[in-house]
Amino acid sequence: MTKGYVFDIKRYALHDGPGIRTTVFLKGCPLRCLWCHNPEGQNPGQEIMLRPGRCLEGCSRCLEVCPLTAISKIGSWPKIDSSKCDCCGLCTQVCPSEALEIIGREMTPEEVMVEVMKDFAFYQQSGGGVTFSGGEPLQQPKFLEKLLRLAKKNHLHTVVDTSGYAQFDLFVRLLPFVDLFLYDLKLIDPERHLKYTGKRNELILENLQKLVKLTDKIIIRIPIIPSVNDDKENLNLMIKFISSLGQVGGVELLPYHTLGKDKYGRLGRNYQLLDIKKPSSEEMNRIAAYFKENNLSVLIGG
Amino acid sequence: MNDRIAFLREQSVKTKPYLTPERALLLTEFYQQNNNPTLSPAVRRAMAFRYLLEKKAIWIGEGELIVGERGPAPKATPTYPEVTCHSLEDLEILNSRPKTPFLVDEETKRLYRDIIIPFWKGKTIREKIFSEMSQEWKEAYEAGIFTEFMEQRAPGHTVLDDKIYFKGFKDFKKQIEASKRRIDDFRDPEALKKREELKAMEIVADALIMYAHRHAAKARELAEKEANPQRKAELLRIAEICSHVPENPPRDFWEALQYYWFVHLGVIIELNTWDSFNPGRLDQHLYPFYKQGLEDGTLTEEKAKELLQAFWIKFNNQPAPPKVGVTAEESATYADFCLINLGGVKKDGSDAVNELSYLILDVIDEMRLIQPSSMVQISKKTPDEFLLRALRILKTGYGQPSIFNTDAIIQEMLRQGKSLEDARCGGASGCVEAGIFGKEAYILTGYFNLPKVLEITLNNGVDPLTGKKIGLETGDPRNFTSFEELMTAFEKQVQHFVDIKIRGNNIIERIYAEYLPAPFLSLLIDDCIAKAKDYHDGGARYNTSYIQGVGIGTITDCLTALKFHVFDKKSLSMEKFLEMLAHNFEGYEEWRQRLINKTPKYGNDDDYADNILRQVFEIYYQAINGRPNLKGGTYRINLLPTTVHVYFGKKTGATPDGRKAHEPLSEGVSPVQGADRRGPTAVIKSVAKIDHLRTGGTLLNQKFTPQLLATEEGLKNLAHLIRTYFRLDGHHIQLNVVTAETLREAQRNPEKYRDLIVRVAGFSDYFVDLSQELQDEIIRRTEHQSF
Repeated sequence: MTKGYVFDIKRYALHDGPGIRTTVFLKGCPLRCLWCHNPEGQNPGQEIMLRPGRCLEGCSRCLEVCPLTAISKIGSWPKIDSSKCDCCGLCTQVCPSEALEIIGREMTPEEVMVEVMKDFAFYQQSGGGVTFSGGEPLQQPKFLEKLLRLAKKNHLHTVVDTSGYAQFDLFVRLLPFVDLFLYDLKLIDPERHLKYTGKRNELILENLQKLVKLTDKIIIRIPIIPSVNDDKENLNLMIKFISSLGQVGGVELLPYHTLGKDKYGRLGRNYQLLDIKKPSSEEMNRIAAYFKENNLSVLIGG
Repeated sequence: MNDRIAFLREQSVKTKPYLTPERALLLTEFYQQNNNPTLSPAVRRAMAFRYLLEKKAIWIGEGELIVGERGPAPKATPTYPEVTCHSLEDLEILNSRPKTPFLVDEETKRLYRDIIIPFWKGKTIREKIFSEMSQEWKEAYEAGIFTEFMEQRAPGHTVLDDKIYFKGFKDFKKQIEASKRRIDDFRDPEALKKREELKAMEIVADALIMYAHRHAAKARELAEKEANPQRKAELLRIAEICSHVPENPPRDFWEALQYYWFVHLGVIIELNTWDSFNPGRLDQHLYPFYKQGLEDGTLTEEKAKELLQAFWIKFNNQPAPPKVGVTAEESATYADFCLINLGGVKKDGSDAVNELSYLILDVIDEMRLIQPSSMVQISKKTPDEFLLRALRILKTGYGQPSIFNTDAIIQEMLRQGKSLEDARCGGASGCVEAGIFGKEAYILTGYFNLPKVLEITLNNGVDPLTGKKIGLETGDPRNFTSFEELMTAFEKQVQHFVDIKIRGNNIIERIYAEYLPAPFLSLLIDDCIAKAKDYHDGGARYNTSYIQGVGIGTITDCLTALKFHVFDKKSLSMEKFLEMLAHNFEGYEEWRQRLINKTPKYGNDDDYADNILRQVFEIYYQAINGRPNLKGGTYRINLLPTTVHVYFGKKTGATPDGRKAHEPLSEGVSPVQGADRRGPTAVIKSVAKIDHLRTGGTLLNQKFTPQLLATEEGLKNLAHLIRTYFRLDGHHIQLNVVTAETLREAQRNPEKYRDLIVRVAGFSDYFVDLSQELQDEIIRRTEHQSF
């Protein structure tokens, strides 16, 4: 039986496609974008996350129960040595305050669909449906295909939110079950792409060029990260590239935000874009206007 | 708004509510003079009403277009000593309480001490009620099992329909005559009583006409002295209107509003009815006058708006009458729950939204007054634009209008055996209560504290807060071997206390029927005239009594926790559970956290908890629904708390859901504060598992962070959310847009706000889990409304 790793299922998602949706977050991503606001979705396997703010004073239940002594205490807060932790979950069971959480749950497509179908009435009313996001959902292709087939069997509108970093034949295989792709573009220059995301982008750009030939149900989403990709040079390259594609469903600009910053700490990792601020709405409007001047239909999302 | 309205509004908002002895003094005078023992209670009340309207001061303020005040001036709030007489200590509390005070001057205190208190002591309805209640009633009442609505306010709870817009009081008098002729003097032992009731109605009808004429005379007098020709003309027009209505049907928009206002004053001067009377479907009633005025050129949109705004200010001038005793210390609102209905459907079932509905929404948006309150009725047929217009007002954080499901209201009414046409012309009033406007007495009799009943069940009939045995001995829960045994015991206790409550209600209902009839209110509500029967005595076409269940979220989570830990997982013994509750969880914080975090909760679309909700609902419903009241009507349930969940919380010890003693209970049908962690769709799915159609109203409060509503797209999705709730038969939803202040409160008390979710594209997190730095950033953005 196909199973996959899901790290979250969010109901009442309003920004991941039309209407009221449920977004299923699949774990694992080939990219390591420095601004990623869902870092817990990057690693394919399970990992442990700690919210020390929830810890009860004087409680050390997790330390007591850990068979691998992966948890120690620094001051009054526990600290997890992730190299020792095997995600057995014992600590999360004894933790009374949900300070510890195993990220990534192995689920069957049917189990996922039970959750998704709970909001069917809302999808019907709003023209919404289900969105598969990540991580990179195409990293779990069989699981994703099964999910999409099930969704279609249940008459749901489906969206796949992708980085584009996958083998193209996967797109071809999934295409019959996808109503809309949210396709992320970050940078056009491959070297800069490598610098900020850990991977070059030829595959991403090529896939998009090919995909546009098969469907126009694509919205290109561009995160605007000040000093990373909001320079004229990159924007010009973006516009040129998108204009050359042919018919797409539009461009959405997503302003960078820092809300995901805390998650790095909870995972015991460091956030590397500390000095970057959220772009102002004037700045966003200016960039949107620039896209419009170049005859691209653009929206500011977020 | 124009200068005139700005001035009137400013005056109304600025003037501090104060207590006027006018009504109490006049009434005392009247009763001192009219002690003829052969006067029937109805006629005596009618004469008292006439005396008040004859003697009270007439107020026509500068620039006013709609005239008449309940007291001698705006915000002068009268008292109702025949129902309950304030003591000198009560007056002190009113004068000095930090929230919603009423100023009481020395002269008023003196009049109370020398005249009012000495006369009314021992004669009030409140004293009569308490002297008639049984020991078990008093014990349950004091323990905070239930409250009693009628101990200081008269039963009212009704709303007007369209009758006054085509009938004058002259016509009501003709109906009274016709009813008199139908009395069967040969066979009807009630004939005399009926005749007396009709006589009383006649007196009050004439009294209101006289009261309007006094305003006409005053307006003429002011006009004579007025130098400004424009105001002079206005005053003369006011005089003409007051000479015409309420005696005759209104001829235009202005007259229609003034007519209603006189009627409103009549109702709130006669008695301090709970919950305050209101015009109901205002956009429907006024539309013919609006259309006609625009067509014949006598009215403009602008003028209509000005008149409506002047009308709005009149409501705001009448604070809810102040209470006595403990309630005086705890009440924290001037609002008297006048809930104006907009939208919905017409008598023939078609969509009722018209241009005036939108214009009134504009008025609400501009006026931003505490009173009157307003709501929109949304049916399947209501255009999206109307709902969106209402949401755009709500989004600004004003709390009005609230949003109701017309289709659910109609089905609730039909289930109660009311006619389809009557149901379509009804709506909601008070907080959320569904009723047939103009034809129903739907009396809320008191709140019922469900978690407290569980507390007593867990203590085998004893209230642990006082050590008194006030319930049944349903067994030591330590010996229960199954969850079903616990539920059976709980059910028995619910039935026991409901019986005590209804027994008390029946006496109180008769006290009002016998000693304090309301002939003026009876004049307005069908079929009191035709039946020659008082509103308090079953004269209305429909007579429904409600007992309002409170703490449905808390009780569900409590029973869920007991089932989960004691009976299913066996992770905790009943013994240990009771020990933790007895110690208010002190020394058991870890377990308390487990109860809060690792136990199924209502509000998350989780059937483990929601199935218990269904069981609790059935127990409460079966205990009450369908029982007869003494007015020929029926008992029903609804689920709403106003603010009593705070008082009930104070009266309830620690509960198995992890709630500490004396903290508030859950409110309405909303989940326990912070227990819903799966977002609004999950809340709605859970709440929709209550069978709303078998209630007469439920109240759901939902908090939204402003960034969800920042865009037009966000608003549309909110509209979809509401429409889906209504498709699932939800009765009502109250949307609260979270303010920066609430977020700061969440920073201080994260436990209560664990449901607050911050969302942007592809990302969401609990507000309380964010670092202080990020929380502060969100607070700043909330303050500047920029997301």
